[in-house]
Amino acid sequence: MTIDWSWIADHTDDLTSLTLSHLEAALTAVLLGLLISLPLAVIAHRVRPLRGFLLGASNVLFTIPSIAIFVLLLPVSGLTRTTTVIGLTVYSLVVLLRNTVEGLDSVPVRVKEAAKAMGTRPLRTLLTVELPLALPVIMAGVRIATVMSISLVSVATYIGDGGLGQLFTDGFQRNFPTPVIVGVVLTLLLAVVADALLVALQYVLTPWKRRRA
Amino acid sequence: MYELFKNLGTWLVSGSQWSGPDGIAHRLAEHLQYSLLATLIAAAIGLPLGLLIGHTGKGTFLAINLASFGRALPTVGLVVLVFLAGGLSMLPVYVALVALAVPAIVTNTYAGMTAVDPDVKDAARGQGMRGRQVLLRVELPLALPLVLTGLRLALIQVVATATIAAYVSFGGLGRYVFDGLAQRDLVQVLGGAVLVAAVAVVLDLALSGLQRFLFRHRTA
Repeated sequence: MTIDWSWIADHTDDLTSLTLSHLEAALTAVLLGLLISLPLAVIAHRVRPLRGFLLGASNVLFTIPSIAIFVLLLPVSGLTRTTTVIGLTVYSLVVLLRNTVEGLDSVPVRVKEAAKAMGTRPLRTLLTVELPLALPVIMAGVRIATVMSISLVSVATYIGDGGLGQLFTDGFQRNFPTPVIVGVVLTLLLAVVADALLVALQYVLTPWKRRRA
Repeated sequence: MYELFKNLGTWLVSGSQWSGPDGIAHRLAEHLQYSLLATLIAAAIGLPLGLLIGHTGKGTFLAINLASFGRALPTVGLVVLVFLAGGLSMLPVYVALVALAVPAIVTNTYAGMTAVDPDVKDAARGQGMRGRQVLLRVELPLALPLVLTGLRLALIQVVATATIAAYVSFGGLGRYVFDGLAQRDLVQVLGGAVLVAAVAVVLDLALSGLQRFLFRHRTA
């Protein structure tokens, strides 16, 4: 299996736009997942009876294969980017919900009681005490969700989207390995770079962790 | 939309759809056969590796990073790549399925091993147990719940991926999805997706139920 370097040189524009489109789908899904999972996690954390239901239901969603989710969305949103983003959002939502609940659980009760004793209102406690302390666990979830979304975008190639995944169908149909190899390498590269950037972001967002170390 | 669901219902329950070489029963059997064989091979590779890393403490870096590598690897690309390299046979598909299942098994086995209380291991050694006895009689039984979780997660992932493998002229339930997409037959596409989703969800619920039953006497 040899790599046709001239094909790569001739297609740099295509590769750039596919990479950007790939990244856009993955990041939109993680951001949407974050927006939806945050209130759900707070509910799951504070309302005990709903906790089992929310976590259980999201676990079942996570079990459904990605190709099945994309296909089942076809009657709703058709062969569009929307289908890709909704499908990916479902997966990142599950990972983020799980980690955010775990993060909120990990905040010591004494800290919350101290905030309460100082007269801090619940919403303010959540925003200025609980969420910052839960941040390391939440960020671990964001990293997993991001890497997973970047890898899963390519499955959407079967519904006519898929960013870099289009290189896989292209290479398969023409029995030409170069685009497939390039697609796999670029996907892995995107995942590694995104993960490293998130580690850096966490470093910036949690200054108190640094001082201690 | 109503018409679509009615047709889908008819497709899923009609007797003719369930029988014959392209019938649901046969495709389901194929799907399970691929998945179980691939998971068994992956277990034969991943279990010893995870146990070894957990027991000796060497290769920890590999065990931790294998998980994120497994997550980052694009399944579709892997299946197509192995297929193009290996030609038209079942072997490349198994290679891809096994490669995807191994990380989940290694990381969970390793996690189970590291969760074993060091005092317990010390006590076992203090009683005169050899390294292998500690591994097989103390560490493995205590790590077993997480080891089984790894196997379950691997199997579920393989069941999902076996769908995509139908794209490269493979059987299984994915056939309906890809034949349906090619023939613009939405009912067949949805039928295949519903079946695959049902298989994954039912297997996961059944196996996690079995796990809870097996370990019902354990406290933590």
